[in-house]
Amino acid sequence: MPEPVLTLRGISKRFGAVQALKGFDLEVHPGEVVALVGDNGAGKSTAVKAIAGVNPPDEGVIEWQGRPVSISRPHDAQNLGIATVYQDLALCDNLDVVANLFLGRELRRFGVLDEVRMDQRARELLDTLSIRIPSVRIPVASLSGGQRQTVAIARSLIGAPKVVILDEPTAALGVEQTAEVLDLVERLRDQGLGTILISHNMVDVMAVADRIAVMRLGRNNGFFDKRSTTTEEIISAITGATDSAVTRRQARKREEER
Amino acid sequence: MSRDRRVQGPDDATQEPAPGALPAVDSRLLVREEGLKGYVGEFRRKLRSGELGSLPVVLAVIIIWTVFGSLDSTFLSAQNLSDLSQQIVGTGMIAVGIVFVLLLGEIDLSVGSVSGLCAAIFAVLNVLNGMNEWLALLIAVTSGAVVGLIQGFFFAKVGVPAFVVTLAGNLAWNGLMLQVLGTSGTVNIPAESIVAKLYSTVFHSPAAAYVTAAVGVGLFLAASLLDARRRRSARVPSRPVAEIALRTAVLAAIAFVTAYILNQYQGLPLALLIFLILLVLLDLVLRRTTYGRRIFAVGGNIEGARRAGISVPFVRMSVFSISGTMAAVGGIFLAGQIQSASQTSGGGNLLMNVIAAAVIGGTSLFGGRGSVWSALLGALVIGSIQSGMNIMGVSNAVQFMITGSVLLAAVVVDSLSRRSQKAAGRA
Repeated sequence: MPEPVLTLRGISKRFGAVQALKGFDLEVHPGEVVALVGDNGAGKSTAVKAIAGVNPPDEGVIEWQGRPVSISRPHDAQNLGIATVYQDLALCDNLDVVANLFLGRELRRFGVLDEVRMDQRARELLDTLSIRIPSVRIPVASLSGGQRQTVAIARSLIGAPKVVILDEPTAALGVEQTAEVLDLVERLRDQGLGTILISHNMVDVMAVADRIAVMRLGRNNGFFDKRSTTTEEIISAITGATDSAVTRRQARKREEER
Repeated sequence: MSRDRRVQGPDDATQEPAPGALPAVDSRLLVREEGLKGYVGEFRRKLRSGELGSLPVVLAVIIIWTVFGSLDSTFLSAQNLSDLSQQIVGTGMIAVGIVFVLLLGEIDLSVGSVSGLCAAIFAVLNVLNGMNEWLALLIAVTSGAVVGLIQGFFFAKVGVPAFVVTLAGNLAWNGLMLQVLGTSGTVNIPAESIVAKLYSTVFHSPAAAYVTAAVGVGLFLAASLLDARRRRSARVPSRPVAEIALRTAVLAAIAFVTAYILNQYQGLPLALLIFLILLVLLDLVLRRTTYGRRIFAVGGNIEGARRAGISVPFVRMSVFSISGTMAAVGGIFLAGQIQSASQTSGGGNLLMNVIAAAVIGGTSLFGGRGSVWSALLGALVIGSIQSGMNIMGVSNAVQFMITGSVLLAAVVVDSLSRRSQKAAGRA
């Protein structure tokens, strides 16, 4: 396996009395989809926000292509090549697809917007991702949920990132639309991007992830290779069936009996 | 009017197989037929989905002109229409600023007072204190920009709702105007003053109006053809030549008929020319610059704009500054019209009229949709109603009620169109 593009070591984050992350580790390799799963409050969002520079971690090391880096602002993450697609997509419904794709980094020519080149590049980008939308010139409001999600993902790719973080990309989608988005995730992997996929949906995770990082109560609770694991194993790691108050009690009893 | 840009289905790919075009055609995707037929079909589809654009306001102008024209033949006379074209400039200029604010989904209730304040500043500096008139003009317009910036600061940085900031401003700036005017009360602006001339100058030569019309149409045609050519060579969908021809023909018809009517009376008024040039420039700013794109983005989704790295406070403050500047410019033209700045300047129903003009013209109150041209169209509707009722001798009481009803009607159309756009998934 190639050298990881992004490495997190011992990341901790406190919010007041809550230890949201404790000693969290993660590695993302190029051309790999890492699913980040865990129950509500397990620390997935906090971990993502630490990577994306929204909430910098209190402790721990983030390494980018082997070099330690500090990500204290969303801008830092973007400059490194980390793109994040949040659950609410943050698309401007009144603008067309091209305008949304290039929002904040419009191409210009003689000081005015270069619509032709943006149009062209948008088409190329959507083509390479095999994204099908009616027209790049219709307002985003008229697209379906799946199409909007794909536009949001495509937008994150405009800056040619190396790692893409997808926060619950399929949460609000129907069966067919989910398939569309999962296809897109696979194409990201084919293009050599490292992808962090946050999902609650085990079917989706098992469908596209290469590795699965389980989080529980702000800590790692195991890394699983998709080829050698089962949904049941992951779910028990998520719920803590392998490590819960009940199992700990049983273990203690066993030790006492011995 | 980026939303008015024709939607082009992937069918264009079949007509011109290009590497950059979308080859995948999904049967559910909206596909537009070629040529004029497709254009009509697209137009119908837009109407059904509530994307009315400037259609209601054009209908309104036609109805108003028909009604008043049949009630009194002087309404459609060249003289009255020429006068109308001058009278709408002051209101229209202020309405342009309102359009910018409405695009953010906000409102500026202070523009009436600001317009009066800036007119008073000019009158006192130039007429009473003998300052150079260009300098006085510059100071007056800059004051408008600063006033807007102050209001924008309280809105964007302090976080006070724009509605409250500008409502407070409405009173405060009116007070400042009274202070500036002091004991003089009314300052008469001499007819040879630059401000009076800005309003009253008319190019009497018929060539002026026709040349202006020809230049406008020519520039539009050239820009459309150049854009289409660049698009074709870049292999992205472009407007078919038939559509460009149709658009140019419609524009030419409007421009030359207007020029003809103006020439039947005195000729092309300078005020109208300035207004049109300003509209073209600001339209370019809104549709063709990064800054304009940011205004639409903030009006569409603040959080989205912020995540895209757009400085929302900067956009907000600058837009309120533009609104203040345009209020000052409009106030100057209004002062030139009545050749005085007085304690009633910028008062009365001016505020209602400019907001009505912007909304009637088709700029949404909900932000993110609109164009500066709605200021022209809306001011034309409001001006026509007032002019017609003045000719008919309708009392102020009835005029207020009718103008109020028209504003309500415009907002109802806006709300209904938004609802139906939502239903059609285009809001």
